[in-house]
Amino acid sequence: MTRKPFILQNPSVLIVLAVLAVFTAAVTAGSAAYGSGVIPTSMVKVLGKTLCLALAAVAMDLVWGYLGILSLGQMAFFALGGYMIGQWLMYARTETIVAASLAQNPIPATPQELQDAVTNQIFGVVGSADLPLVWSFAHSLTLQMILILLVPGLLALVFGWLAFRSRVNGVYLSILTQAMTLALALWLFQNDSGFRGNNGLSGLQNIPGLDHVSQATLSVWFLWASAAALALFYVLAAWLVSGKFGSVVRAIRDDETRVRFLGYPVEGFKLVVFTLAAMITAIAGALYYPQAGIINPAELMPIASIYLAVWVAIGGRGRLYGAAIGAVVVSLLSSWFTGGRAPSINLPGYVVNWVDWWQVALGLTFVLVTLFAPKGIAGIFDWLGGVLPPRRQGRDLGPNDGAFQEAEAKA
Amino acid sequence: MSALLEVSGITKSFDGFKAINNLSFSIDAVELRAVIGPNGAGKTTFMDIVTGKTRPDAGEVLWGEGSRSLLKMNEAQIARAGIGRKFQRPTVFEDQTVAENLTMALRADRSPFAVLRWRPSRGSQARVEDLASEVGLAAQLARKAGELSHGQKQWLEIGMLLAQEPRLLLVDEPAAGMTLAEREQTTTLLCRLAETRAVVVVEHDMDFVRRLNCKVTVLHQGAVLAEGSLDHVTRNPDVIDVYLGR
Amino acid sequence: MIRLLAPLFALFLPLAALANPALEAVIAENIDQIEQPSRRTVEPLVAQIAATGPEGIALLQAWADRRLGLVDGRAVILNADSMTDAVTGAPVTGEARSLRPNSGVRGVIEAALAGSALSDPDPRRRAAALDSLSRGADAEGLAALRAALDDPDPVLAARKARLERLLTIQFDTDSAARVAAIEGLAGDVGLDFRAALNPLLATRRLAATEEPQANIARELSVGSDALPREAAVALLAQQGVLQPPLTRAEQRSRLAANIVDGRVAGIPVTQLDDQAMRDRAYDTLETQGAVPPAATEAEAEATLATYRFFETYAEPDPAVTDAAKAAQIRAQVRLGAMQGIDLGLDALSLASIYFLAAIGLAITFGVMRVINMAHGEFIMMGAYTGYTVQTVIADRTLSLVIALPLAFVVTFLAGVVLYRLVIRHLAHRPLETLLATFGVSIALQQLAKNIFGTQARPLTAPAWLEGSITINDVIGISSIRVAIFVLALLFLALFLFIMKRTRLGLEVRAVTQNPGMAASMGINPDRIAMMTFGLGSGIAGIAGIAIGLFAQVTSELGQNYIVQSFMTVVVGGVGNIWGTLAGATLIGGLSKVIESLNPSNTLAAQTFMILFIITFIQFRPRGIIPQRGRAAEA
Repeated sequence: MTRKPFILQNPSVLIVLAVLAVFTAAVTAGSAAYGSGVIPTSMVKVLGKTLCLALAAVAMDLVWGYLGILSLGQMAFFALGGYMIGQWLMYARTETIVAASLAQNPIPATPQELQDAVTNQIFGVVGSADLPLVWSFAHSLTLQMILILLVPGLLALVFGWLAFRSRVNGVYLSILTQAMTLALALWLFQNDSGFRGNNGLSGLQNIPGLDHVSQATLSVWFLWASAAALALFYVLAAWLVSGKFGSVVRAIRDDETRVRFLGYPVEGFKLVVFTLAAMITAIAGALYYPQAGIINPAELMPIASIYLAVWVAIGGRGRLYGAAIGAVVVSLLSSWFTGGRAPSINLPGYVVNWVDWWQVALGLTFVLVTLFAPKGIAGIFDWLGGVLPPRRQGRDLGPNDGAFQEAEAKA
Repeated sequence: MSALLEVSGITKSFDGFKAINNLSFSIDAVELRAVIGPNGAGKTTFMDIVTGKTRPDAGEVLWGEGSRSLLKMNEAQIARAGIGRKFQRPTVFEDQTVAENLTMALRADRSPFAVLRWRPSRGSQARVEDLASEVGLAAQLARKAGELSHGQKQWLEIGMLLAQEPRLLLVDEPAAGMTLAEREQTTTLLCRLAETRAVVVVEHDMDFVRRLNCKVTVLHQGAVLAEGSLDHVTRNPDVIDVYLGR
Repeated sequence: MIRLLAPLFALFLPLAALANPALEAVIAENIDQIEQPSRRTVEPLVAQIAATGPEGIALLQAWADRRLGLVDGRAVILNADSMTDAVTGAPVTGEARSLRPNSGVRGVIEAALAGSALSDPDPRRRAAALDSLSRGADAEGLAALRAALDDPDPVLAARKARLERLLTIQFDTDSAARVAAIEGLAGDVGLDFRAALNPLLATRRLAATEEPQANIARELSVGSDALPREAAVALLAQQGVLQPPLTRAEQRSRLAANIVDGRVAGIPVTQLDDQAMRDRAYDTLETQGAVPPAATEAEAEATLATYRFFETYAEPDPAVTDAAKAAQIRAQVRLGAMQGIDLGLDALSLASIYFLAAIGLAITFGVMRVINMAHGEFIMMGAYTGYTVQTVIADRTLSLVIALPLAFVVTFLAGVVLYRLVIRHLAHRPLETLLATFGVSIALQQLAKNIFGTQARPLTAPAWLEGSITINDVIGISSIRVAIFVLALLFLALFLFIMKRTRLGLEVRAVTQNPGMAASMGINPDRIAMMTFGLGSGIAGIAGIAIGLFAQVTSELGQNYIVQSFMTVVVGGVGNIWGTLAGATLIGGLSKVIESLNPSNTLAAQTFMILFIITFIQFRPRGIIPQRGRAAEA
């Protein structure tokens, strides 16, 4: 067994990076700011956001496809990342605007007056006069950037520690993660949570200090940043799951008990992957919401996280590129079909309007994929690459791919 | 020489049914021991308690020179302390190659960050190849474990146990489903392993136990019924009554 | 009070056509006093008139209302456009001189009127008089009531006695009597008693340098929750002992008005971005007289230090306020206990709903280890079935009777179809089942939107379910919730019957415990799984109707309950109906308790609820009633 460099061991990583680079270059060339303008700015934003979703899907695949935890709360971390960056975006921008308007006064404003005015501007809508404690760091980009990693990371660490320690797993754990995101969403929905209740944070597309840069240019910059983050974390994730660490993680997915008897601290491994995935998701969220412009607690409702699982499942879990492809394909298709641009189908006696029927089609497709194509879209690549599955006999016995099969157990 | 494992007075009941009833057991650092008993005698529960899978209601399990209590440790800690367990049904990671399975079992730091930093070295690769050839899987290193035959999986699991380098090996019914030739091979291997460590074999196949030629502990209704050489215990009227007589 | 009594008397005015000689005589004797009444002397006269019967009462009524006039020495009652003789009731024509008694006289008349109504032979009129007296009374009302305490009707007698006590508390002049009345009623939780206590305990705030000569409720310290510093300063300013403090905005605008050559009081404007600088500038302007003086922080501080702050009762007698305070505390304690009972009833009905919603989920999870994410949509399906039946059959009761079994059948079939088409093929892969059923869930939800539209559809309860059962002012529960509770009990009984007494139940239990063994004994696990899945789904349909009866039917109806249902199953423990019951009770009870601690914020309540469950799982990972035995340890 000779030792090859990591990239050569994983040719799929190179292909993904190349595709990503070509895609980014093509969009840049088509953008209004740096190219022909074939692609409108709104479309550039959609594509940039899609890359962020793909990154979230890659993190989801780490947790689900490799570690075997079907987390139905991943989007909580995504939205938390968005909230953390949103705090700075909103505070800094409001401060600029308020400072400009206070400068009209004959008497210059005191720092206290400035802060009161900013607070009033941001929180007047929820009837609060004091700056909530959670906004203590909102004035500093650096601190909020640290919080993007720290807050979701700590949440994942504490939640994971509690859940893994008591050996909650399988369906129970899925339900608990769902409860976690629901609890967080409900908390954020309150006006006195300090995050503007159901108004959420808005105006995030305006970057303080970059007022002179047009949205067209900004959208391309964010596309670059999203592509870079996706590339970076894709490589990190691929590295993580390639070596002995990946081996142990997949072993935990397939037979947790056996891994314990090998002497591995299973909970520790779960915590590391779960927390890391949460932080990656948070970064994806922090890049997503400045492109979306607005964030509110509805983004944390359990349904969003379940959709993430749907993307990963359709794309093909247990394969990082599958997750990314699933997120890109399904989210773009969803926005195309629900955006009302898809042509209706005229059946005799009924017109199938995609705005109404897309969800039905998606739901059924999803059932079909689960039933007949558990490998998802990535299964096509396996087939093309001639990668044959191991010779299996009989039906699955365990919950996951790779667990025992009936005939083997009997043999 | 003091005992490696000292189990004293453990009791475990499930919903009123006493699976283990005031059981005491000890084994030396280098010893081969067979544990026999009819179904429901508490053999599996006994192994579960030693490996940390089940907590006893009462009693003490002490380990090693420092006599550390195993009851406060979880399964992974016990495994790291040097107790290896071979399950009745071969449990290997089917989605991974033989080499990966063996590499995972190699004695090394088990903490997540140490594993993350771990890189295969010339030494580790040589060790994996040695183990593979020892269990007759040298040609299968790159194949997925799921593709192996049942017997090969048994051997792979034994290889993984060897890679762990345990001080105490608990083997649950190794002869089940093996051909005669494989049994021979297994007997030889177990005897050789017992030259450097403690091995406990749980078995109810008498011929197999006879071939091991070692001290035997007979369990019945969760307690030790008799202990000694096979000939000694087979002469014991109680044993004949509850086990051999049937 | 008269205003309220008036319609009552208007009823029998036309009947007074017969002559009333006694009244005629009284009027004739006292015509001077009727014309020029005096508060001090009129009382015997009023009593005389009242004693003459209904005509006399009518006359008094008109007199008090300033509708009494004199025509040629005869008393007449002035109506809107006619006049009638006060004695005979006959129409009168001519020029009437209107009488205008002063308020003192009117008070005497009104008291007499009230007293007479209270001892009226007609019990309905006595009740009406009591009603109006309890809505608003005064010292005269108390006197009148005391004069008429005896009543042949025991119910009215009790009401009179109670009202007498309440009025004594408010209007008696003797504080010992008032205290006795308060103590007599202490512990009562009636709204009337609490309302009678409230004015006694009303306080006002007062700043003084030393303890005032008043009934002091308590002394307040500045900066406490009861009296924040700003409130204290505002109180001092209101009492005129401190200049009103200057707000920052006022200070800034006054400074801005005094900018001279880019300077305010010699300080450059650019330096005024500091509060201390602004204060200095203002002080300078103040000494120059350019701006009105205002209290500085130091002045405010000094004044605050010299004053003490008190809360005083409007009621001067400390004995009364002490008794009232003690009675109020006792009332609050009893009230708390009763609210606790009310809360318990609320929690019980919520628990019933969760139980109904979760029981189907628990059955399928217990038998097949499968979480059906489309369970919420089955609940919705049941509710829409109820709605559809109601659009066809107008009679509410009949439609409900038909809808309940129909919803069961519809969702049972839906469950069986889901099982045959999807779940069977994903056996032993719980996570994939969870996801596949989620796909079904989003498809069904959108389908419901396409069929029934996005607006909420009503599922109306029959009239006999619309009321509520009220025990007292505090405890009450709507009938519909009682019905749901009964429904939940019914299903518990039905479930226990099926499980313990039928062949199906036996086979289900066998499959749950050991599928392999069950199969080898001739039980078809596939069929059993299908039946249990259908049963669980069918119960979801029934739950849908129950929920639809008090919530609007929308395509998201099921979603709102699904997470709570999951929680119920997880908290309760798997494979045991009592576990589900315990889980539902715990979750329902706890939600209500948390909600009652902070009623304004139900969102926070739900958040805490979920956090509690996550913590709970730490200590009992297998639920309240876990599956036991060796199988559970594996």
